[in-house]
Amino acid sequence: MFMTEVYMLYHLVNYENANVNVNWLDSSKRLPDRVKIVEVGPRDGLQNEKTIVPAETKIRLIDMLSDSGLSVIEATSFVSPKWVPQMADQMEVMKGIRRKPGVSYPVLTPNLKGFQAAVEAGASEVAIFGAASELFSKKNINCSVEESLQRFEQVMVAAKAAGVPVRGYVSCVLGCPYEGKVAPAKVAKVAKRLYSMGCYEISLGDTIGVGTPGGMSEMLEAVSKVVPVGALAVHCHDTYGQALANILVALQMGVSVVDSSVGGLGGCPYAQGASGNVATEDVVYMLHGLGIQTGVDLPKLMDAGAFICHSLNRRTSSKVSQATHCKL
Amino acid sequence: MQNVKDSLLHCHRLDKPIFRRGSGNDPLISFQSLGAHEYPEFVKIVEVGPRDGLQNEKEIVPTEVKVQLIDRLSDTGLSVIEATSFVSSKWVPQMADHTEVLQGIRKSPNVRYPVLTPNMHGFQNALAAGATEVAVFGSASETFSRKNINCSIDESMLRFEEVLNAAKDQQIPVRGYVSCALGCPHEGPIDPSKVTEVAKRLYEMGCYEVSLGDTVGVGTPGSMAAMLRSVTREVPCRALAVHCHDTYGQALANILTALQMGVCVVDSAVAGLGGCPYAQGSSGNVSTEDVLYMLHGMGIQTGVDLSKMIAVGDFICHSLNRKTNSRVAQARGSQL
Repeated sequence: MFMTEVYMLYHLVNYENANVNVNWLDSSKRLPDRVKIVEVGPRDGLQNEKTIVPAETKIRLIDMLSDSGLSVIEATSFVSPKWVPQMADQMEVMKGIRRKPGVSYPVLTPNLKGFQAAVEAGASEVAIFGAASELFSKKNINCSVEESLQRFEQVMVAAKAAGVPVRGYVSCVLGCPYEGKVAPAKVAKVAKRLYSMGCYEISLGDTIGVGTPGGMSEMLEAVSKVVPVGALAVHCHDTYGQALANILVALQMGVSVVDSSVGGLGGCPYAQGASGNVATEDVVYMLHGLGIQTGVDLPKLMDAGAFICHSLNRRTSSKVSQATHCKL
Repeated sequence: MQNVKDSLLHCHRLDKPIFRRGSGNDPLISFQSLGAHEYPEFVKIVEVGPRDGLQNEKEIVPTEVKVQLIDRLSDTGLSVIEATSFVSSKWVPQMADHTEVLQGIRKSPNVRYPVLTPNMHGFQNALAAGATEVAVFGSASETFSRKNINCSIDESMLRFEEVLNAAKDQQIPVRGYVSCALGCPHEGPIDPSKVTEVAKRLYEMGCYEVSLGDTVGVGTPGSMAAMLRSVTREVPCRALAVHCHDTYGQALANILTALQMGVCVVDSAVAGLGGCPYAQGSSGNVSTEDVLYMLHGMGIQTGVDLSKMIAVGDFICHSLNRKTNSRVAQARGSQL
């Protein structure tokens, strides 16, 4: 059994480095040399898991992720525990994690109150969450898109004053569970507002994973006209198995920041039993196979994934982990 | 919940971009432009669930279930369904009922039912059972060839030449497969030139189509592009297919890459049937449902009805008492 695992890991390492610098497109469509992974497992992942894990487990997960070479790990969310009980231990987690130099630990802050609590807990980067769909905004955060943007402007003012960088999210960029199709122009409008108000990066989320490469490229074409592509990230859900194909198209269009979740943590709240976030291991496997650098050590990342899945008593959603640790 | 489900269906139907006609790489195939890329307007799906899928399932499925599976698949709009394999039942017991299956299925007029034939003996049995199309299985890896079919690549090619000659006489079309096109469980990464050599041989000996298989699913868009760039120098794109395994979750990204490079035939298995014999408990074949979802979302036609395919997947998974590997089926099924 041990030899089979060693054998599988050997092949994994060999295949990761098998193809360096392969570009099958002309120079105008080059893939990035480096991609930044934004690890959202501890927040977006755990927030959407049925089982609530204790603070010390979250802290251990984040510490293990810190050691895997990731440069951004979304640690927790300063949303009211009334709405998101899984993140009720936000203070404890923020204060308990080991802050590795060179690693950023952004936290979600829905409004000024959340922002103030985050700063008090030691946060040095925050994120705000807009939507490209009116209905989704109303149902998810109980206000219109415009109202949410006004709340965020308050956060931006305070963040600027405190010298805290802010990342913006746009959800439902390729489809909404209530409205259905979302117009790329709407996504571009919201992304532009967040960028203009001072967000250094805008993460475009396919919240229910319905997007396909066609929709992704159409949406990115619209958004990149109003926000520089270097400030864009994609946050793809794998509910319909489309995530890696969508990410590939995004890379081909110049995007070089990808959000993902270790072990594919976090199901889809709109499709019970279906998968949600794309697994970081699978994304890293693809990127390394393309000769794209991430700085991430895949075996260490898989260890973190194995740890949290064991704690949650669930199977990993990462195919790479399944194939490599299949006997565990 | 009903509102959510309707919205999701609505979303999927409308996820069709505006495209214009492109010239593509091959004047015989129509292409369309999506963003910076050109894609075929039509992709042929080769359904391998009843053969490659069931062959790699733990449970041996009774003949009547296989026949029912194939009959249901025949009603989904598929034009090619790989029905069974005339390999010795000593090696592949799951396919021991090959003759009963081939004779039991309802042969739909718009569908072809190729069968695997490793050698002359298998070919003759297939013919006697009523086969009208066959497939031969080569490998880009010497070690895999020896371990899998007990002979070298050269020896296997000689066997296939016999089959091809007999098939020509009978006017039976033959499809060629090249396994380990992106990596071998024994040798590791495979040089694209080796894949090209084998693919070229199969094509030149008379195979109308060559399916390039990522047998252990280790390939990524980089290795897929490098391999296809090499193969397409010797074999025209229109005669190529990709057979991607999803063991490392890379299948759809690899298929997308192949489409960008002009390939327009994709092998897949309903419900992602068939695990990986080299990684126990892992997935194997890419799910037809997930492939269809991607293609249709891109405005690429296949002629296949996704809802009917999901229903067939439900049927076979129920019969096998296992969960589907298709993410689309999981997402759709979970709202019912």
